[in-house]
Amino acid sequence: MSINRRNFFKTVGVAGLTLTGLESLGSPAEAARENDTEFYGFLYDSTICIGCRACEKACAKAHGFPEPEDDAEVGVVRKTSITQRSVINKYETSQGEMLVRHACMHCNEPACASACLTQAMYKTKEGPVIWRADKCMGCRYCMISCPFDVPKFDFQSSNPIIQKCDMCFDRVQNGEIPVCAETCGDALFFGTRRELIAEAHRRISESPDSYIPQIFGEKTAGGTSSLYLSPVPFDEVGLNTKVSNESYPAKTKGFLYSVPSVFILLPSLLLGMHEATKSKQPKNHEND
Amino acid sequence: MTSPAYPITTEKKEKTIWKFLIEELKPRGKWLTPFNIISLPVMLAGLVLIVYRFTDGLGAVSNVNQEIPWGLWKGFNVVTGVAFAGGAYVLTFMVYILKMDKYHSIVRVTVLNGFLAYMFYAGALVLDLGKPWNIFNPIIGNNFGASSVLFLVAWHFMLYIFAQLIEFSPAVAEWLGARTARKILAGMTIGAVIFGITLSTLHQSGLGALFLMASEKIHPLWYNEFLPILFLVSSVFAGLSMVIFQGSITNKVFADQLAKDHRENDHGIIHGLARVCAGALFAYLFMQIIVFIHGQHWALLNTPMGYWWLFEIIGFVVVPLFLFLYSYRNFNITMIKVASIIAIVGIILNRLNVSIIAFRWDAAVHYVPSWMEIVITAAIIFTQIWIFRWVIHRMPVLRESPEWARDH
Repeated sequence: MSINRRNFFKTVGVAGLTLTGLESLGSPAEAARENDTEFYGFLYDSTICIGCRACEKACAKAHGFPEPEDDAEVGVVRKTSITQRSVINKYETSQGEMLVRHACMHCNEPACASACLTQAMYKTKEGPVIWRADKCMGCRYCMISCPFDVPKFDFQSSNPIIQKCDMCFDRVQNGEIPVCAETCGDALFFGTRRELIAEAHRRISESPDSYIPQIFGEKTAGGTSSLYLSPVPFDEVGLNTKVSNESYPAKTKGFLYSVPSVFILLPSLLLGMHEATKSKQPKNHEND
Repeated sequence: MTSPAYPITTEKKEKTIWKFLIEELKPRGKWLTPFNIISLPVMLAGLVLIVYRFTDGLGAVSNVNQEIPWGLWKGFNVVTGVAFAGGAYVLTFMVYILKMDKYHSIVRVTVLNGFLAYMFYAGALVLDLGKPWNIFNPIIGNNFGASSVLFLVAWHFMLYIFAQLIEFSPAVAEWLGARTARKILAGMTIGAVIFGITLSTLHQSGLGALFLMASEKIHPLWYNEFLPILFLVSSVFAGLSMVIFQGSITNKVFADQLAKDHRENDHGIIHGLARVCAGALFAYLFMQIIVFIHGQHWALLNTPMGYWWLFEIIGFVVVPLFLFLYSYRNFNITMIKVASIIAIVGIILNRLNVSIIAFRWDAAVHYVPSWMEIVITAAIIFTQIWIFRWVIHRMPVLRESPEWARDH
């Protein structure tokens, strides 16, 4: 493959912007390099959002959920649920009341997908993290692992589902943009993650008084596809700032990498010990 | 001591194997024992609730919620129960690898306990799964979630059940009077033991590794990167304490079954295990202290969760450690049994703390198990004891192997 200028920048973009070693991720990164697909994502500018909740309603309509009726109120944390993939909440912040949208962050290296033992939770090469009903066994380990508490389980059903935003994966595959971003004109943008991060940095540098100089999601949890701009510290608008910048699957890497060594070394050691202690023993107590 | 449970071979040859099996399946002895009177209604109620759980969904019987998605069945039956079943791998290590012959007479009963425990935890796991009909997805097909710790744990559970079955199979062969089979199966024991110890090392620690990604969800006094090692080390004294505790009950209940050398060695066995427990507890305490100091969580000690942590560490690690040491020095068997009970309670506390109590300790709605979850948990344990009792009465587990099997 000859590397022209454009491809070079793309490669650097993917590698650089995702920040943590994508090599360690395995399939998504390799897939991305192979056919040049970049992760898509959202950029959400909370200084522009007026909280009209058109995105929420469009999401409900597109996925066949009842239209959310409860209003966003200060002090009430509405949560995504089994019939709601995105919510807008109202917060009292140091710069007055703000309305902020929450949905799946679509991490570059999702904890949920690495936790899933059946690959039901899956990071697609386009960026959306999707859930596949035919593979899921309903163990809810994704819910234990997700630092943003995104996956929601249907506890009332005998054939339950996991509900979460899938970035309208069927639309993305057809070259369309997700319904929420399509509905929202000004505050929620859809594009490749690389473009969105460049755009976010441009906004911060052009009007530094309007934003805190960080993008939530650029480094959070090893980088996410959902990116947030905010005029106030992120924890004031309900974003979980306790989440580390390290990718979550990396936390189990040490343990998982030690498994093959233990599997080779320990049996050899045990067999050696068995041989070493063997001879002195009376025969009748051996091997039963 | 020829037990009526073991028919002598000439008699058996006249019957067909099926008649023999049907005969063996029939219950023996008195029906109206206090244990039966308590356990039967609980098991029946559990059965009804299990049907209800599958028709109306998990939420119908369980209090688990979106923030705390794993409740009693995972936190107690699986995460805690597996630690208690750790006695099997520790004892097979001591007897088959280190050749500590003293403990040979309790290997079979411990492996049987371990095997049944794993079978029933797998059962509890199936109850807890939302879509249990997909349980074979990680085993067959192209659905290998190989980056998942749970994938490793699931495979290891399955493989370890097979390993334990092989370890126990000579007893089954002796029961059935299958001499050739016994010889073959006994020859596989050492392989199964080595495989089983390796699997146990990895999945005992794997249960701790399950929670590594929940780094902000578990209270910092319980969460650390060393969870896998802490889980592994604590499984040693958890398993052996359970061996001491269960042994003190089974030796009374099944006194007529006890082999002679088992009865004579009983105190020596308990005494020896106490020392191993003390050693493992010391290592565990030492690691907990190092992890605590490196975590720099001094300020957290003076909070309600801090007191709760100190309660666990001092009351259920330091205290049993000293009790084991003291009673070992003074050869006080009763106190060793008390120490093992305290250590068992401590392990329940620790595993429930990591998986349930300190998990989302800051959540608005705390998880408290419903009475239905508790009934089902109790029903699972009772069923396990029923099967254990059935096997003990029929197979040479506590009693000596039949004459023909001894010289092989």
